[in-house]
Amino acid sequence: MWTWFYRLASPPYVYRTAAAFAPWFLLIAGIAIAYGVIDGLVFAPPDYQQGNAFRIIYVHAPAGWLSMFGYTLMAVAGAIGLIWRIKMAHAVSAAVAPIGASFTVLGLVTGSLWGRPMWGTYWAWDPRLTSELILLFLYFGVMSLRAAFEDPARGDRAAALLAIVGVVNVPIIHFSVQWWNSLHQGATVMKFEKSSMPGSMLWPLLAMFLGFMLFFGAMLCMRLRGEVLNRERQSSWVREMLRA
Amino acid sequence: MTVDGFFAMGGYARYVWPCYALAISVLLWNLWSARRYHAQALKRAQRALAMAGSERS
Amino acid sequence: MSVGAGSAMSLVLRRELTLSFRRPDQLLQPLVFFLIVTTLFPLALSPELSLLRDMAPGVLWVAALLASLLSMEGLFKSDAEDGTLEQLALSGQSLGVIVIAKTLAHWLVSGAALVVISPLVATGLAVPIEAFPIMMLSLAMGTLTLSWLGAIGAGLTVGLRRGSVLLSLIVLPLAMPLLIFGANATDRAIGGETAAGALYFLAALCVFTTSLAPLAATAALRITLE
Repeated sequence: MWTWFYRLASPPYVYRTAAAFAPWFLLIAGIAIAYGVIDGLVFAPPDYQQGNAFRIIYVHAPAGWLSMFGYTLMAVAGAIGLIWRIKMAHAVSAAVAPIGASFTVLGLVTGSLWGRPMWGTYWAWDPRLTSELILLFLYFGVMSLRAAFEDPARGDRAAALLAIVGVVNVPIIHFSVQWWNSLHQGATVMKFEKSSMPGSMLWPLLAMFLGFMLFFGAMLCMRLRGEVLNRERQSSWVREMLRA
Repeated sequence: MTVDGFFAMGGYARYVWPCYALAISVLLWNLWSARRYHAQALKRAQRALAMAGSERS
Repeated sequence: MSVGAGSAMSLVLRRELTLSFRRPDQLLQPLVFFLIVTTLFPLALSPELSLLRDMAPGVLWVAALLASLLSMEGLFKSDAEDGTLEQLALSGQSLGVIVIAKTLAHWLVSGAALVVISPLVATGLAVPIEAFPIMMLSLAMGTLTLSWLGAIGAGLTVGLRRGSVLLSLIVLPLAMPLLIFGANATDRAIGGETAAGALYFLAALCVFTTSLAPLAATAALRITLE
């Protein structure tokens, strides 16, 4: 039962499997995003209050979700690497970081552009925005810390610890709109009751979430291959593969 | 919605279109960056192999 | 002769404090920095008292943050350089106990000292005397939390080149919630409103950090020492 887990710890298996999955993830992501953008921009009806500006949600919400998901994945992978000393877990953690950071930036900027017509300001120091900004700083901290070590294995472990320490921020971001009086609107999709958004607006959004997630997966696979090679440069399987 | 209306986005064009442009840029950057990272790693691995090979000879 | 955890902690605590007091100049540097930085704001912005009173919470807290960070790097550095840290790790005593003692000693000579001179600085920023108790209480909890966060950062960056910049980069984002609630508590105290909510939150942060940070800092140190 655990064989698949053990295989995930094997660098050549990870290298080959990531290569196999990436193009499929990319293909389906492309289709989902294309559908989501077209349906969201053209066919979804304009919002009663926000007019056509609400269409920003189709890029803003998936970006925000990925920023949090990415950080959590980075922290969990780091924890697995620390606890069970699995190098491939550290490779995943390292690969996720720049991808997650880029989506955090996307979320912050699209949110800012959405905030200007909606709230009248490009920025506000409210709990959701502030904690998301802190998330970006944490991403940079983890990446810088990893890079500062000459011994990459030690850098992996230090970065993993920092990622774990910072993961407290993620639930704060998610629940900030519930716990405090926030400018940012509350959850419309990520809640347990039926979503409060009508179907014609919701379907493209779900498609965008799916598309972005699969895209994230594809990017993770591609970066992961680079991380594996960097860590396994001297090993025999790499040499065999390069000689062929 | 007319074509003009589509581009105007009800007056919100200068907020909506930069968002989508940035989104595409981020996706493309990720694609480019990941490929570049892998290519660099491959090059470094090949160089390591070449050095090891030349050491033995 | 085996040493129990309690005596180990007091031994390390006493050692740290003795070492600190042997270098009084290093002891005073963060405090002087705190004084100078808080002076910068009235000079740069405006000496008008009402404005100073408004910005006092922010100025006090940011200055305290930066002053604490300055001295944080030294927490493990000198011991790491001369090999004492490895000896301590090998000593058979729990590394956690040693980390706790070192961090507490550090807080006593930096954070607690900041709290003691804060009334002086606060007067310069036109803070009313009635606000002092809450200001000092919030600063006490805040600087303690900061010492714990700094211990994690110091453990991760000890021995790195340019470790001090990285230390700040790591600690400051983690310290932001602390800053928000600490400054808010002080702000409310100055305005005469009840600061209970913010103080409770600050206390919660302090307790949370105090219970978990020693684990993280010890783990960080083990990673560095391996």
